[in-house]
Amino acid sequence: MFKRFDQDSRRPVHIVVDGAAVAAREGDTVSAALLASGRDVRRATAVSGAPRLPYCMMGVCFDCLVTIDGIGNRQGCLVPVAEGMQIEIQKGKREIGR
Amino acid sequence: MSKEYDVAVVGGGLLGSAIAWGLGRLGKNAVVLDEGDIAKRASRANFALVWVQSKGLGMSAYTGWTVRASETWGKLAVELKDQTGLDVALQQNGGFHLTLGEDEFAQRAQLVTRMHNQVGAADYKMEMLSASEVRKMLPLIGPEVSGGSFCPLDGHVNSLRTFRAFHTGLKLFGVDYFPERPVSVIARSGGEFRLSTPQGEIRAGKVVLSAGNANQSLAPMVGLSAPMGPTRGQIVVTERTMPFLPHPLTTIRQTDEGTVMIGDSKEDQLDDRTLNHSVSAVMADRAQRMFPHLARLNVVRTWSGIRVMPQDGFPIYDQSESAPGAFVTCCHSGVTLASNHAFEIARMVAAGALEPELVGAFSARRFDTNHAATGSGYY
Repeated sequence: MFKRFDQDSRRPVHIVVDGAAVAAREGDTVSAALLASGRDVRRATAVSGAPRLPYCMMGVCFDCLVTIDGIGNRQGCLVPVAEGMQIEIQKGKREIGR
Repeated sequence: MSKEYDVAVVGGGLLGSAIAWGLGRLGKNAVVLDEGDIAKRASRANFALVWVQSKGLGMSAYTGWTVRASETWGKLAVELKDQTGLDVALQQNGGFHLTLGEDEFAQRAQLVTRMHNQVGAADYKMEMLSASEVRKMLPLIGPEVSGGSFCPLDGHVNSLRTFRAFHTGLKLFGVDYFPERPVSVIARSGGEFRLSTPQGEIRAGKVVLSAGNANQSLAPMVGLSAPMGPTRGQIVVTERTMPFLPHPLTTIRQTDEGTVMIGDSKEDQLDDRTLNHSVSAVMADRAQRMFPHLARLNVVRTWSGIRVMPQDGFPIYDQSESAPGAFVTCCHSGVTLASNHAFEIARMVAAGALEPELVGAFSARRFDTNHAATGSGYY
């Protein structure tokens, strides 16, 4: 659904989403990179398990919650991507030890 | 326009709504006169435990009353679910009070012994467990936990959903609910009570005062007394996490929807619009020493609320001699005792008299004698 525009010349950044390599760009937030990846990146909410994607992209709605480098419930829209970052699409509640 | 009711319940909190639900269940024509949404409501500021252990030191009658409530809570949860479709998430598989360090363990062990030795007290089956025994049931405890007391009768519930279920259910039973009707004056004439509210007068054959701390000023209008006062509690709430805590604790519990509640304090400061961060810090620190994993969770809110505390900590149930048909009900543990209020107190009010064998010990006449009890209606 989302497509990068052709003149985007920012440096590539490589991240890993659920074990698969994904090419992002320097300056992307995790949420932007996920939406641009073309993958099914829908999380499942903590109580009802309803599917959700990042929505407000500005830190307010918390619909972008994702596990980043082993820490759950991070707001993907507020975290810039970094080389080698490990992303897991969070299904349901965060685990207490992560 | 005034309307006649069998019973007017003053106060629509957890206590008043439980009694009104119970009255509706018995087919009584009842009305609830409540304050508005900005009322200081312990019904929305509680820790949601259905708690038994360590309650009743200093008043053995309270131990039996608490056990009765614990035993009939399951029936209440089923009836509320059947009637309203709301699952109040009652869990009664036993609860802990954990101790940090050897001194706390020794103090708690002494309390368990004193409870056990109290003449006439119900058997709580409460026991002290070593840290290794606790760890078998709560695998994630930290190294500072020295052990704790366990009581198989303890549990917890979703108290906000319980509150909602009572309100939904009482309306289904045909009980009238009127918000924005704080009662200012209660007069008795012609064999009925006349209750003045900003939106007119309500007439009823009986009146039940369940107005929390406002009972102090209402009770004398019908020849009763309610020595009590407000107290403040603070709670820390974390984000939702996978279930990790299979039993509730006195100060930590995980809700059915996954949040962890950490509390609760008891403070004399009565402004519920502020937080005392030094209190929150101690609560959070103790919680993460009990469960080190908690340190990684985000806190999503902290709040304070005003609660109700009878002078000696134990409930007050009384009926007026000078104004027959007037009852007063006060308690701190409105969640734990909800089943008793819905079934027992409602039945007694419907019949017109409190039953001394069940609740005689809770008359406010106990405050007339000078030797003030130093009890633990709390925990």
